[in-house]
Amino acid sequence: MVQLTLPKNSRVRTGKTWPKPEGATNVRKFQIYRWNPDDGENPRVDSYFVDMDKCGPMILDALIKIKNEIDPTLTFRRSCREGICGSCAMNIDGINTLACIYGMDEVKSATVKIYPLPHMPVVKDLIPDLTHFYAQHASIMPWLETKTNRPAKEWKQSIEDRKKLDGLYECVMCASCSTSCPSYWWNSDKYLGPAALLHAYRWIIDSRDEATGERLDELEDPFKLYRCHTIMNCTKTCPKGLNPAAAIAEIKRMMVNRTV
Amino acid sequence: MADVKKAERPLSPHILIYRPQLTAITSILTRITGNALIVSVVLVVWWLLAAATSAEYYALADAVLTSWFGDLVMTLSVLGLWYHYLAGLRHLAFDAGKGMDLPTAEKLGWACLIGSVVLTVLTLIIV
Repeated sequence: MVQLTLPKNSRVRTGKTWPKPEGATNVRKFQIYRWNPDDGENPRVDSYFVDMDKCGPMILDALIKIKNEIDPTLTFRRSCREGICGSCAMNIDGINTLACIYGMDEVKSATVKIYPLPHMPVVKDLIPDLTHFYAQHASIMPWLETKTNRPAKEWKQSIEDRKKLDGLYECVMCASCSTSCPSYWWNSDKYLGPAALLHAYRWIIDSRDEATGERLDELEDPFKLYRCHTIMNCTKTCPKGLNPAAAIAEIKRMMVNRTV
Repeated sequence: MADVKKAERPLSPHILIYRPQLTAITSILTRITGNALIVSVVLVVWWLLAAATSAEYYALADAVLTSWFGDLVMTLSVLGLWYHYLAGLRHLAFDAGKGMDLPTAEKLGWACLIGSVVLTVLTLIIV
């Protein structure tokens, strides 16, 4: 359901302004969403100042620097620092991306504003609860389904058929796309969202998979698939440069083609 | 675990913090113009019904629709109609799996926005 305002317990207040680093000449302001489950307060936005001369080039470098040197309570997920684990997905400067591969110089405004992924339940600070998102991914059967007898060695695939998976298999499930989608904001209880649908398409067009019909049957639903209105926020925001909107359009086309 | 009583999780901010995207704006405009055109159609039908009712009633309806306010509403309706038409064509292309790469989709978005204004001006000059 469309609800433009936040519920009462989610309204964001102005938070603390942390002291500027001493002796720094090149500081940049960071405004970061904070919420602590233990103090019973509403979320707030804290202001930090980071010495750019002593900081790495990526947003994640600044977050780690803040946690190490200014405020150890700042909480966020991170792991690989090279855009392959998908842990540090967050809303930076108004778009969803991975903090580790988003450069400080890519931020358009002077102040760097950082929020958790949009329209998600917050566990703490920049950490959203992705339980439902993962469950939706599991629901599309993200594995090879076969009926014929197992071959002696491996399931073979031609070079051309393998190429069809390019632009799909690279998805790291960071949830940037799904949480950028207005349809997903209003209907995530029933609409699968771009990430799960891209994965669904990845298995639908896999030449080795033998459950294409069942997979399409499963998606033939006014909400699961057809809540996509080609808004394309997903494609615009994908930190890996993939195109979930095009994958969803292909599923819709397959739905039509199998009935006419 | 010890007695843990956690606060209910807040919902993270969404539409008010997300940077407006061209493709999203052109998408919501399609819906807005589509709904606004229902009002326009009702007005035109009212005008026709008035013509079929009586000369006096028609004079009233005609006066309302050709007043400056009526002109404004009808001009915006023409703009809405052209935009909705162009955006509809764009959606047909999308449904055929064409123009789904981001640069093309954004170009088509601009084409809808600029095209609807140009076509509206042309319509006003011709009609």
